[in-house]
Amino acid sequence: MIRHTKNNRLVILLSGLLVVVACVNISLGSVAIPVQEIFNSIVDTPSKSSWHYIITNYRFPKAITAIIAGSGLAISGLLMQTLFRNPLAGPFVLGLSSGASLGVAILILGAGVISGIFSTFLLSPWSIVIASALGSFLVLLAVLAATLKVKDTMAILIIGLMFGSLTGALVAVLSYFSNAEQLQQYIFWSFGSLGNQTWQGITILSLCFFIGLVLSIFSAKSLNALLLGESYAKSMGLKIKKNMLVIIIATSILAGGITAFVGPIAFIGLAVPHLTRQFVKTSNHFVLIPAVALSGAILMLVCDTIAQLPGTVYTLPINAITSVVGAPVVIWLLVRKRKLIF
Amino acid sequence: MAKHSIIRCQDLSIGYQNKKKVAVIASGIDFSITQGTLVSLVGSNGIGKSTLLKSLTAMLPTLSGSLQVDGIEIKDYSPLALATKLSVVLTQAPASKSLTVLELVSLGRQPHTNWMGSLSQNDKDIIYQALEDTDLADLKNKNCFKLSDGQLQRVYIARALAQDTPLIVLDEPTTHLDLYHRASVVTLLKRLTQEKNKTILFSTHEIDLAIDISDKMLVMTPQKIIFDSPHNLIEQGSFNLLFPNDVVVFDKKTGRFSVS
Repeated sequence: MIRHTKNNRLVILLSGLLVVVACVNISLGSVAIPVQEIFNSIVDTPSKSSWHYIITNYRFPKAITAIIAGSGLAISGLLMQTLFRNPLAGPFVLGLSSGASLGVAILILGAGVISGIFSTFLLSPWSIVIASALGSFLVLLAVLAATLKVKDTMAILIIGLMFGSLTGALVAVLSYFSNAEQLQQYIFWSFGSLGNQTWQGITILSLCFFIGLVLSIFSAKSLNALLLGESYAKSMGLKIKKNMLVIIIATSILAGGITAFVGPIAFIGLAVPHLTRQFVKTSNHFVLIPAVALSGAILMLVCDTIAQLPGTVYTLPINAITSVVGAPVVIWLLVRKRKLIF
Repeated sequence: MAKHSIIRCQDLSIGYQNKKKVAVIASGIDFSITQGTLVSLVGSNGIGKSTLLKSLTAMLPTLSGSLQVDGIEIKDYSPLALATKLSVVLTQAPASKSLTVLELVSLGRQPHTNWMGSLSQNDKDIIYQALEDTDLADLKNKNCFKLSDGQLQRVYIARALAQDTPLIVLDEPTTHLDLYHRASVVTLLKRLTQEKNKTILFSTHEIDLAIDISDKMLVMTPQKIIFDSPHNLIEQGSFNLLFPNDVVVFDKKTGRFSVS
């Protein structure tokens, strides 16, 4: 595809915006910290040690988590919209988040069955990531298997919703048989939260994001071919099964890994690719992937800034904010364009 | 020297196969298409035209017999190698409607580009030539959802041209078009065989148009598949085998079907 220098400028602009939004995000909160102090805490110790503590142990990890979660979910949404040829596809709609939830629920709630040393081993951050990614991978595979039988794109969405309900029901059954402590742990996870991440957790999260991003970029050419549909892609020499599997793995690692840490977060995956298409006038995935990743990160930081209600001690659940921002965006796009195109 | 044969079938059987059943659609298919010919495939609804085209483009494995593309068995091609020999224009619309004409046509270069799909000057020249040949240069920055059906069909043909293959296979490129645009599409195909030495095989329901313009025709009847020039096919009365004779009959003198 032919690339435009205009798009390169756009990516630079978005990167600049991301830095600004990140600084605002870090400086605002229950205690306002001057932006200058943020830079001080990177290179030197700031004037107040309490600020330094808040920045390095709370706000930095949270901002990084927001950036990774936002771009990762947005990329996975983009990949799914192209893969399923459906503008309404996204990790939440197609039941990926529910699949991840089921994986985590089985792990946390099922850990009670195998008590003792095993359960502490089972509840390490790594195993939650694996359970979550595996859960979303299996759901995605099931949805894809269904799409090979059913060609109707509307039916695919309904199948995704059904998988969501099904996994929801299984989680409910599991919750019924588990004790209060495990239930509480699971419910807190399912609220979704960007905060309280350890640096070890962030390392794992970054690794998932990095693998998913690299796989996506390597799939960009096949994604471009898939814009014409599977038969055309095949006729242009694409090894369709192999490439689709890579795209699915990338999506599951991104959506599953992120969901494991921050809980199921709605609308970012669905809305960001559509928002990005409003100003990136191309369908080339080599341009779309970086643009969507940056926009996702920016939107997530903005949502998080709103969620921490600057100047108060309260923090709203991030999931509520992304839905409040995301749902109207999708409705607005539909009403304005009368249809969603991708 | 005899002209180079680009596609060659010998005792070919096509159809669908799964674990338990084999459904043969047609068997004993024998024909050979030489380079630079325009071949049309005609037959009634449900006779298996699409199945034949799918088999010829390796989207469906053949059941038995030999099918060679440019002298090599189609089974022995890797997907990428085959993509440099034959390109297709399908009936189904592309999944994405927001692609611009230029982007869609550029995608035809995929088999020739690296993992990033970056286009060399040569690639760009071929793309612009394809746009010129199909009279699309003025529309190149338009989104596909803004185009008419006739323009879209030319975009798909331009994409196939950009793929730069000796053989192009089109599945019913004239459907949904009015008379003027049907004629424009087949005239374009004719011109491509003559000026670019492309070999073009297309299926169609426009038998009159096909008779007028094709070098050779494949007539698919319930009994067999007949391959010959339109003139010989009229002489032999092959077109009367296409349909049951109760409603329409073929008039040898006019070379047209008429309602009886």
